[in-house]
Amino acid sequence: MKVAADLRFKTYLLISMLIFFGPIGDLLMSKGMRRIGTAPSWNPAALLHYGFQVFTSPIIWCGTLAMIGFFISYTVVLTWADYSYVQPASALTSGIAALLGRFVLGETVTPLRWAGIAIVCLGVLIIGYTPPRTTEPIDAN
Amino acid sequence: MLIEVILVFFIVVVGTVGEMCVTRAMKIIGEVKEFSPRTLLGVPIRAFRVGWMWIGFAMMALAYFALLGMLARANVSYVIPITSLSYVVGAIGGRWFLGEAVTHQRWIGVLLVCAGVVLVYLGKG
Repeated sequence: MKVAADLRFKTYLLISMLIFFGPIGDLLMSKGMRRIGTAPSWNPAALLHYGFQVFTSPIIWCGTLAMIGFFISYTVVLTWADYSYVQPASALTSGIAALLGRFVLGETVTPLRWAGIAIVCLGVLIIGYTPPRTTEPIDAN
Repeated sequence: MLIEVILVFFIVVVGTVGEMCVTRAMKIIGEVKEFSPRTLLGVPIRAFRVGWMWIGFAMMALAYFALLGMLARANVSYVIPITSLSYVVGAIGGRWFLGEAVTHQRWIGVLLVCAGVVLVYLGKG
């Protein structure tokens, strides 16, 4: 019983991390790239300067770290949890992206979009009541 | 039309099968029980020593390029709802490729998530 509860807890924790890091990474990368703008020309010197601007942007670095956080959370949770459990649960990222858009970027979220987010949350809630792991580890050999 | 069907196939089926290959690689590595930064950072590195990870990444890369190709042909509000079919493919593949127990309850959840994602993108202001 304790093992099942621990497994559920760490699955929820890792899924929370990936639905947090994913949209934050996207948001920061998009903010950083919009601030820098498009490459001015295909001139090698201009491209080098552009690359330097991207490489030295703190927002891009934060976005990259968030994306690494997303990738690690995603791969780690899949070492024990079912793919058919994690994949739909990760759809919550679309809800988080909408919330970030509404409260950080001040975008308008339409009623249809709120309805979609509510249905995604309901679907994830239903999946959340199923066991996170239904398989045994695969033997490498 | 045919090219769009092929692109959607790559996005939905090839991309999802790629993710399932990554899942297989992670299952071979085995359950992570220690959560020190060193262990966590080591997980993706160990994963790249497993062949399934490379197969998965190659398939996901193909799906990504197909997505770019599809976005060049159609609006994002049309493309993204179609890609939500990958949740259905994921549930079917989870059952047949990874041997997971996809119960009726999980199926209902998957279909709701699918419908919800479609509405989220259709409702983009």
